[in-house]
Amino acid sequence: MAARVLRWLDDRLGLTGIYRTVLDRKVPKVNWAFTLGSATLFLVVLQVVTGVFLTVYYVPHPDQAYDSINYIMNDVAFGWLIRGLHHWGATLMVILVVLHMLRTFVYASYKYPREVTWVTGVLLLLVTLGMGFTGYLLPWNQRAYWATTVGTSIAGTVPFVGPIIEQALRGGTDLSTLTLTRFFSAHIWMLPAALLGLMGVHVYLVIRLGISHVPAADE
Amino acid sequence: MAESDSAAGLGRRTFVTGVVGVLGAIIGAVVGLPAIGYWLAPSLKKVETEAWVPLGPVDKIPVGEPTLYTFSRTRQVGWERSAISYGVYVVRHPDGRMEALSNVCTHLSCRVTWKPEQDLYLCPCHDGRFASDGSIISGPQPRAMDRFDFKIEDGKLLVHIVEA
Repeated sequence: MAARVLRWLDDRLGLTGIYRTVLDRKVPKVNWAFTLGSATLFLVVLQVVTGVFLTVYYVPHPDQAYDSINYIMNDVAFGWLIRGLHHWGATLMVILVVLHMLRTFVYASYKYPREVTWVTGVLLLLVTLGMGFTGYLLPWNQRAYWATTVGTSIAGTVPFVGPIIEQALRGGTDLSTLTLTRFFSAHIWMLPAALLGLMGVHVYLVIRLGISHVPAADE
Repeated sequence: MAESDSAAGLGRRTFVTGVVGVLGAIIGAVVGLPAIGYWLAPSLKKVETEAWVPLGPVDKIPVGEPTLYTFSRTRQVGWERSAISYGVYVVRHPDGRMEALSNVCTHLSCRVTWKPEQDLYLCPCHDGRFASDGSIISGPQPRAMDRFDFKIEDGKLLVHIVEA
């Protein structure tokens, strides 16, 4: 019965075709370093799930941000686990993304025909760092506040347009409730949208072009 | 190297697929099951809405004259705390009878004040007047002053607070 239902759906949705194309790809003989991209993909899913759950309680307001996170950590069942996964997942993701890029570079996988994959990958690195930067402010504790003060000040040192960039990031001349809400908006809507869009292109290209092999000594 | 299940037993491909499935299920459970508790946590928390609040020794309460006792209780919802203040007029009659009246006006919840010279409770907002036993004299209030249940334990007076 289950097999008939599956076949009925497959006839209409082409699930087997998708499965074959996405997961049953022919791959050259490679090593564990080639799993870094998949590991990053897994972390993105984990970050999205835990991040969505954090918004159940988190309030992006200076009066309540810190208290609401305190509440998640101390009063909500498994709140420490959800936030802990999100916190450490973020750190791990930056590490994995950098290692993934190093592998691509060292094995020269960015060359023809994978230049666009590389470019989207670099953009994904930047978006990931942006996620880390904006997420860091959200607890609204002393470390978050001053890290963002310093970070946005660094943006302010750009010649000519620096002050404009700094104020655009802060939503004014100083850190305020406006900074917190725009960082929150960037962290949960804008950057994730960019991340998922770029990931779609990136993964599509990996599937379309196949993965590169480990270069031989005479290449 | 068997790419598919041989008659002899489990093939490599089936084994790997199975391991991936099991690991995926474990990871899904590790995140998914706590997430249910995470969502439900405050929903199932029992909130204390009633309490017996001690107002002090009965002997110290003046006889014949309504005496105001005030206190506040903190309520916490999530991470937000709010204080609710109470005012209780305790009347100790010469014959030993006692009454505990709320100083919240039954009209629009302003606080009434005992006026000894006029022998009445006066609400400053809309000139509502209550007699010493809490009944309505005049004004827009719909009913007599609310009463608290009370009890005496070890010579101390306790009033029963029920939060709305």
